[in-house]
Amino acid sequence: MESTILLIPFILSFFILVMPTGMRYFYTLGVAVFLILVTSVPATEALLHPANAPRSFIAGGSLGSITFTVDSLTAFFILITNFTVLTGLLYSNGYLSSYRTTKTPAQFALHYFSYVWLHISMLCVLMLREGTAFLIAWELMAVSSFMLILFEAEKRTTLKTAVNYLIQMHVGLVLLIIGFLLVEAATGQFGFDGLQSYFAGYANAPLFFLFFAGFAVKAGFIPFHTWLPEAHPAAPSHVSGVMSGVMIKMGIFGVVRVLTFVQYDAYIVGIIIMILATLTGLYGIMMSIVQTDLKKLLAYSTIENVGIIGMGIGLGTIGIGSDNPALTILGFGGGLFHVLNHSLFKSLLFYCAGSVYKATHTRNIDLLGGLIHKMPRTASLFLFGSMAICALPPLNGFISEILIYYGLFAGMQVNSVFQTMSMLLTIMSLALIGGLALFGFSKAFGLAFLGLPRSEIHVDDNAVSHGMLFPKLLIASIILFTGLAPMFLLAPLLGMIGSQFHLDSGQVILPLIHVLSKISLTGVILILVVFAILILRRKVLKPEKVSHGPTWGCGYTAGNARQQYTATSFSANFAELANPVIAKQIEYTDIHEEEILPGGRTFEVKHEDVFNRTLNKITGYSMLVLKKIARLQTGNIQHYIMYAFIFILIIFVLLYLNVL
Amino acid sequence: MGFLLAIVTALFFPGIILRVKSIASGRKGPGIMQPWKNILVLIRKESVFSTTTSYISRIAPAVYLSTVICALLLLPFPGMPSWLGFDGDFVLFAYLLALGKFLFILGALDTGSSFEGMGANREALYSMLAEPAFFILFGTLALLTGQTSMDQIFGSFQFSGHNSFIIGFIAVYLLVQIAMIENSRMPVDDPKTHLELTMIHEVMILDHSGFDLALIHVGTALKFAMYGLLIANFLIPVDAGQVLMNNEYLTINIGSGIKNYIGKEWMAVIQIGIYFFVQIIFAAMIGVLESFRARKKLVRNPQFIVTLSSIAVVAFILVLLITFKMIG
Repeated sequence: MESTILLIPFILSFFILVMPTGMRYFYTLGVAVFLILVTSVPATEALLHPANAPRSFIAGGSLGSITFTVDSLTAFFILITNFTVLTGLLYSNGYLSSYRTTKTPAQFALHYFSYVWLHISMLCVLMLREGTAFLIAWELMAVSSFMLILFEAEKRTTLKTAVNYLIQMHVGLVLLIIGFLLVEAATGQFGFDGLQSYFAGYANAPLFFLFFAGFAVKAGFIPFHTWLPEAHPAAPSHVSGVMSGVMIKMGIFGVVRVLTFVQYDAYIVGIIIMILATLTGLYGIMMSIVQTDLKKLLAYSTIENVGIIGMGIGLGTIGIGSDNPALTILGFGGGLFHVLNHSLFKSLLFYCAGSVYKATHTRNIDLLGGLIHKMPRTASLFLFGSMAICALPPLNGFISEILIYYGLFAGMQVNSVFQTMSMLLTIMSLALIGGLALFGFSKAFGLAFLGLPRSEIHVDDNAVSHGMLFPKLLIASIILFTGLAPMFLLAPLLGMIGSQFHLDSGQVILPLIHVLSKISLTGVILILVVFAILILRRKVLKPEKVSHGPTWGCGYTAGNARQQYTATSFSANFAELANPVIAKQIEYTDIHEEEILPGGRTFEVKHEDVFNRTLNKITGYSMLVLKKIARLQTGNIQHYIMYAFIFILIIFVLLYLNVL
Repeated sequence: MGFLLAIVTALFFPGIILRVKSIASGRKGPGIMQPWKNILVLIRKESVFSTTTSYISRIAPAVYLSTVICALLLLPFPGMPSWLGFDGDFVLFAYLLALGKFLFILGALDTGSSFEGMGANREALYSMLAEPAFFILFGTLALLTGQTSMDQIFGSFQFSGHNSFIIGFIAVYLLVQIAMIENSRMPVDDPKTHLELTMIHEVMILDHSGFDLALIHVGTALKFAMYGLLIANFLIPVDAGQVLMNNEYLTINIGSGIKNYIGKEWMAVIQIGIYFFVQIIFAAMIGVLESFRARKKLVRNPQFIVTLSSIAVVAFILVLLITFKMIG
């Protein structure tokens, strides 16, 4: 294939800005599909035949050239990215339709332009290995997603969140730049290729954790996650889906990419990743449970899933460190398979949440309820996604979690108390995360979609068009397929891990096939039994035997919708147990003493992110310091000339003393 | 095999509990088959659905029962590997039950009743807290035996020396307690309470009637039998001959002493005999427990459930000591 073809969409994307309104969306779709085709073909090839990978494409002309490299790891992420970007774009047309009256065509143009560039930059992040190009792509990714979050910039909170996001991304960028510079200083190569020789000759753990911190800001590991629960709800839903589904996975990709070069200290690195990931998972899901904003709940659950992915990666790294290929393949296999699975169900859930928002104009679960009657299809798809994300069989989330469980149980069988104990604690945490996820999503689905509406919210029946349902159905069918026939996708993935870490994955795959076929069989039996019982039920329960009435109120007849459980009360007993972690705050509106006839009293329950508080403290201190320094900025030109003079003087003195 | 036996057990299990309770309280009480007669009545009965509900509460009982059936298919019977068993099947076992619970909770929330919301909430919280205990327990057993599929674990558990009795004792205790929590029985929930405010399981099924309610009752009976089977797996010798060879302290192991005098064909009979014995004791014990013990205060429940996890951790450390990992 002509390599320069990769660059064509880059140029085509600029025409989005000048397209007439009617054609803009379809043109954008065309560009995206073109990009997807151009990248998916070599990616599929690389994934299916890892022996031929990596393949390099040198694109460019007389002005200079860029080298794109597609190896099997890249390929896996490219395919995930392409799919989620496509579903997001398909969904966006319907979702954004209600904004047509309030937003100008120019704003739409900018939005779609940024969307395509988010796609391009993600692909570039995956394919570029040279340092400068990679960092530029990384930066482009941050900027384009920043533009996407800003779609509703007229809201003050959105603006604030977006700026917060941009700043945090740059903290990550700085860490990455430092990392690459250190590598360059030591080896003379600026980019991933230099890591090989760096890790061969220098201490591994410090540089790895520098990179890890840089990538963790994107991926959302605690304590670098604070942007995530703010940015995801602020962005339009298709953007949240893409950001949560694939953009944060670029951080995971970076971590795995660096790990492929690590040569020593892998054991301790793995242990630390695992501890951090376990805490991330637990913290994410605990915060998720107490949220009342549907999208914020999903955003915290993203943090939880990053934790689960991290557990897999940590486990795999321990496998590298202890020369246990089975552990490596199961750990990375489970972790990366969860990357795929999470990109599927989380984008599905975000799209559903977007449909809810579009129909009701609120994301507050405390105000919702009974949506299943008004929006049955969205409700069913949300239920489906919730089941998948809770790792319930026979859906795909279960497959990736059982791989990680497997690895953990295998990792327990070693002659080291320390490792056995840490594996056990991780198993315990994973089980707890599973239970907590069940709690959180029974709340999310049960309270938003079931029961009666908790407030007088008008539900727009026509809000969800067929165009919005189609991508969701597409995702749902792939979730089911992945759950029932995981080996189709898992086999190339495990082969990829084998080739990346130079291991023979065959001996792990064979027993896995047996296990996974049994799981699929159980899944099929489960579905059949459910259908059998339902058919029997239909036979027995003839229509004349069925009557309808109000919900049994235990003798109390004046029950109404406001007496139902709310999102806050559902999580109240959990919040009581987990209070130290989730920092519950109740704010009352005070009633003044002098008021003779006081009005109603309201209160609000809030859960502040404890990490946010720490972060605010740090920024508060630095603001104090900066304010003191800001005294230098007097606005008086004479003073500035004096600063320059002092600066030159210091240089002279230093030169004179031979210091410089 | 285990599946069929469990179904047979499920037929009389709730009846035994009822009988024991009525004897303990000095009543004449219903017959052993009364719960099943009730279920048959329910199947014939009409159903009333709340106008608030959707299809969720209609499919929830069916899914609940199906998950229990599938979970049962995963369980082995001593000496006979389960039809579906594989490495790590207990993970699937736990998650299948979680699926049933998830739908069950949603079915309760579907009615929009504040009482059922309460029950759903408690159920979600308690099962979440109980989950780690189960996994630590199986982690312990996996560490002790070096196996990860249930039939292998139970198979080799018997041969791991006299230490297995200590672990076996803890395991049985934990499983009994987990079974009580999962089935919403005594220390955590009282099925006979008359106040909706303090119910958990009962309040969740308030709006289920007729066939659906029958499905839930069948599911609950099967679930009891399932945990009974799980517990029985610890206590039934797989092959007494081998136990004899490897174990000097066989007198403690029920039934293995008899093995010397009987042929292999009788082994299955003895195993099944022990199985029913264990199940009856289990059911009777629940009956006795519920007759003489008060339910815990609801706020104390989480503490109680978390205690189980810590006991499981103690068992784990014990195994570490036994396998000399801690010393060596």
